[in-house]
Amino acid sequence: MTERVQRLRTLSLETPITISAERAERMTEFYRENIGRYSVPMMRAKALEYLYRNQAIYIGEDELIVGERGPRPRAVPTYPELTCHSESDLRILDRRPLTRYGVDEETLRVYREKVIPFWQGRTMREAIFEILPAEWKAAYEAGIFTEFMEQRAPGHTTLDGKFYEKGLLGFKADIAEALAALDFGADPHAVAKREELEAMAVACDAVIGFAARHADRAEELADACEDPARREELRRIAETCRHVPAHPPRDFREALQMYWFMHLATITELNGWDSMNPGHLDRYFYPFYAQDCAAGTLDREQARELLECFWIKFNNQPAPPKVGVTAAESGTYNDFTNINLGGILPDGRDGVNELSYLMLEVMDAIHLLQPQGNIQLSRKNPDAFLQAALKVVRQGYGYPSVFNADGVVEQMVRAGKRIEDAREGGTSGCVETGAFGKEAYILTGYLNLPKILEIALHNGTDPRTGRRIGVETGDPRRFETFDEVQGAFDRQLRHFVDIKVAGNQRIEQLFAARMPAVFLSVLIDDCIRKGMDYNAGGARYNTSYIQCVGIGTITDSLSAIRRHVFDRRAVSMGDLLNGLAADFEGAEALQVALRDETPRYGNDDEDADALMTRVFEMLLAAIDGRPNARGGRYHVDMLPTTCHIYFGSVLGASADGRRAGTPVSEGISPVQGADRKGPTAVLKSAARMDQLRTGGTLLNMKFLPSVFDGDEGPAKLGALVRGYFRMDGHHVQFNVVDAATLREAQAHPERHRDLIVRVAGYSDYFCDLSRELQDEIIARTGHVSA
Amino acid sequence: MRGLIFDIKRFAIHDGPGIRATLFLKGCPLRCAWCHNPESQPFEIRCYGEGARRTVVGREITVEEAVRELARDRVFFDESGGGVTFSGGEPLAQPDFLLALLDACGAEGLHRAVDTSGHAPAEVLLAVAARADLVLYDLKQSDPAAHRDQTGVDGALIRENLRALCATGTAIELRLPIIPGLNDGEETLARLRAFIESLPRRLPMRLLPYHRAAMGKYPRFGLPPPLPDTPEPTAEEMARYRMQLGLIQ
Repeated sequence: MTERVQRLRTLSLETPITISAERAERMTEFYRENIGRYSVPMMRAKALEYLYRNQAIYIGEDELIVGERGPRPRAVPTYPELTCHSESDLRILDRRPLTRYGVDEETLRVYREKVIPFWQGRTMREAIFEILPAEWKAAYEAGIFTEFMEQRAPGHTTLDGKFYEKGLLGFKADIAEALAALDFGADPHAVAKREELEAMAVACDAVIGFAARHADRAEELADACEDPARREELRRIAETCRHVPAHPPRDFREALQMYWFMHLATITELNGWDSMNPGHLDRYFYPFYAQDCAAGTLDREQARELLECFWIKFNNQPAPPKVGVTAAESGTYNDFTNINLGGILPDGRDGVNELSYLMLEVMDAIHLLQPQGNIQLSRKNPDAFLQAALKVVRQGYGYPSVFNADGVVEQMVRAGKRIEDAREGGTSGCVETGAFGKEAYILTGYLNLPKILEIALHNGTDPRTGRRIGVETGDPRRFETFDEVQGAFDRQLRHFVDIKVAGNQRIEQLFAARMPAVFLSVLIDDCIRKGMDYNAGGARYNTSYIQCVGIGTITDSLSAIRRHVFDRRAVSMGDLLNGLAADFEGAEALQVALRDETPRYGNDDEDADALMTRVFEMLLAAIDGRPNARGGRYHVDMLPTTCHIYFGSVLGASADGRRAGTPVSEGISPVQGADRKGPTAVLKSAARMDQLRTGGTLLNMKFLPSVFDGDEGPAKLGALVRGYFRMDGHHVQFNVVDAATLREAQAHPERHRDLIVRVAGYSDYFCDLSRELQDEIIARTGHVSA
Repeated sequence: MRGLIFDIKRFAIHDGPGIRATLFLKGCPLRCAWCHNPESQPFEIRCYGEGARRTVVGREITVEEAVRELARDRVFFDESGGGVTFSGGEPLAQPDFLLALLDACGAEGLHRAVDTSGHAPAEVLLAVAARADLVLYDLKQSDPAAHRDQTGVDGALIRENLRALCATGTAIELRLPIIPGLNDGEETLARLRAFIESLPRRLPMRLLPYHRAAMGKYPRFGLPPPLPDTPEPTAEEMARYRMQLGLIQ
């Protein structure tokens, strides 16, 4: 790492995170002045233009890639048109101990005097809650599901490589062509299309203008700069920002800067879920890298420094905070930018190139919270690529995560996408599958599967509140067969998915009508051709995902009910429900039997896993293929982010022996501690889910760093991944645990039953080792990770 | 056919090439002072502890059941060049069961490794070698008296068997447990090296440094910890042993 990069990295790491009222203030000024003057799309485009004409320009010392979302690094803008923070929200953000956002008196004043008075009653959030029905709100409040778009815009977008060839002026030419082709006589939507297309053109100019202001500023700084080397760098920055993003980049540096302006503009225009993902950066940047290296104007080390400067820019943009925060509730600074490496080229060739390796090295060197990265591992990719990625995994950052590129393509082809678009796709955010540059694949919310079972076991009532929020599926005490339990769950599931989808339809339509994303629409095929916004179905593919959480917990709960209530008749349904209601107080023996004498998911046990696949089929039947409001379809995702903690907090004790309020299982990982037969058994259980019919699944595995050591350790881990992917697994991430985790595991073995440690010449479950040995491994681990 | 085992371990990554499933047969004729699995030594099922802490060590299993369990991870064997390993206890101490297992796994197309002390009748060893793709063969001590002292047998049979095994075509990997103070003396290692070099084939060799992992286990099975003061060898010491054994220059 060069000294420049070290300084930039330190600055990004140590600059306190603050709220900037600049964007909110500019939006307020613009909307107050212009309300009613323009069409909705044009209003959005002009608002972006106004902001970009007035936003403070930041060019930091040392920087080679320039541009910030806020007035300076880590000054986070807000989006009052979506959701407006109250004064008390801001004070809490300023004071809370975790994920704090500093808010100064001036920001509070601007909010109090300008922003809040204007936006109160005008935000998307208020509009959304106004049109959602009572049954939606009841289910939402009970924790059956969450809603992504109540605070942020539809997002989850990933760009492809086309703008490196076109430049924004190229898109403007396409827009002009689409405008010229409008047939006002025959097309009843021609006026709406014209408004959208003209707004897109304005948005392009806004972004070109923003870059030009960086060029101006760089020239001013260059004129005043006494250091000739820096002066030259500043002139180069100016030259770059005059050229991109208007024109296609001419070299590697301009390609990086080009992407960065696209990134900033899309996350400034709206606060979409998942800030923005760059897609396959290794393949997009490679032609520029190869060309510059061949011309002798760039070498690998210069490319590395530019990439590292570029990488750090992502970390300068923490996620904007939510509203309605309480002191206890924290958030995350992570905006989930996830860079894809490797994979398959649109024509089917191996996508790994020299930059794939260089970017893994950069990821390792920079290792900040953002951006995170993943590899898209195809059977066509060399093992050396997988090994290079595992070397970074071993460092314990939790990334890169590893995806099955061939499986991802199959998922998309199954969902009706063209194979070349599927290969151009990959995964973004956490694990979500999408066709980059051509798809709006929107997460709509998490679904709490164990909670739905709880409702089914209470005949439609939420035992926590006594409110009836589900349908009546019968008193389970009268159920004579286990099938009746599954049937009741299935009916409740369909009931709640209906409510969720009906809510989504309203929200998606609201966004289409009121909050178009006109700049993003420029970048996503086929919005220009269709004259239709990204938020209205303009993309070539329009997917809505519902993310199902707690498959491990619900599988084990069903397995316990089947075994203990129906097969063994060891406990009656009434006694079971009483035990759950009492959170196992006075029913400890019952809890032990449910937990320890039940076939559980994650052990390569056909009986338990068949219950998992049965639930999975019900999810598909309830969700997969339903039409959404944008002309696309719903699909199932199996990812939790951190929602399994919230979902557990609204759930009473469950039949798998889990205590009330504790987290449910995450992703498609087994319940913590339920898997007792090692990683291959976990992978086999997980692979029994037909993951090709999802839009992504998440599997976590924990290892000590030393499992990666030795002559053959990395190759064996590689084989573990390849084996899982051969069974159509979607994703796996390795948590390489440290001494602190081991100490935690010592104190709470029940939470870390699946933790595997390398002992000496062999690996074992940490919790099965003697205390003495555990201590020794902890000591050793501290040493290894130091 | 049924046999007595004490464990099946999946994702075994230190018992031969690739990712493996290891079947541990129960019962061992040796009593090595450093044994990691003292509960594996008796040729019978035993119960330890009482009440909730009661554990049963050992179970009977048929060849069919065993192969079904072992073959579960075939996809990972395929990807890694792995397979199944029979360890113990001493697997050769249940010869009929082991041979049946090897035949059944061979019929399944699984790579087979056998991890043995070598203390068994020569004809058993040769019959096993004829069915195994790899023999992991322990050499523990070069001095007969010390061998008897530390393992209960003098090791002559083990050395003779190894010579006979070398005459077969089966792949062999030597495994040398290194126990500080017991078998790491300069003279002991020199003699061991001389023996290894006198073998008709040059064999790949792996040193297994003593670790204290199992010492916590002994009290659980009502046994006194055998080597309370023996330290684990350091990395520097391991490098020295490798040099003394001619593994590195």
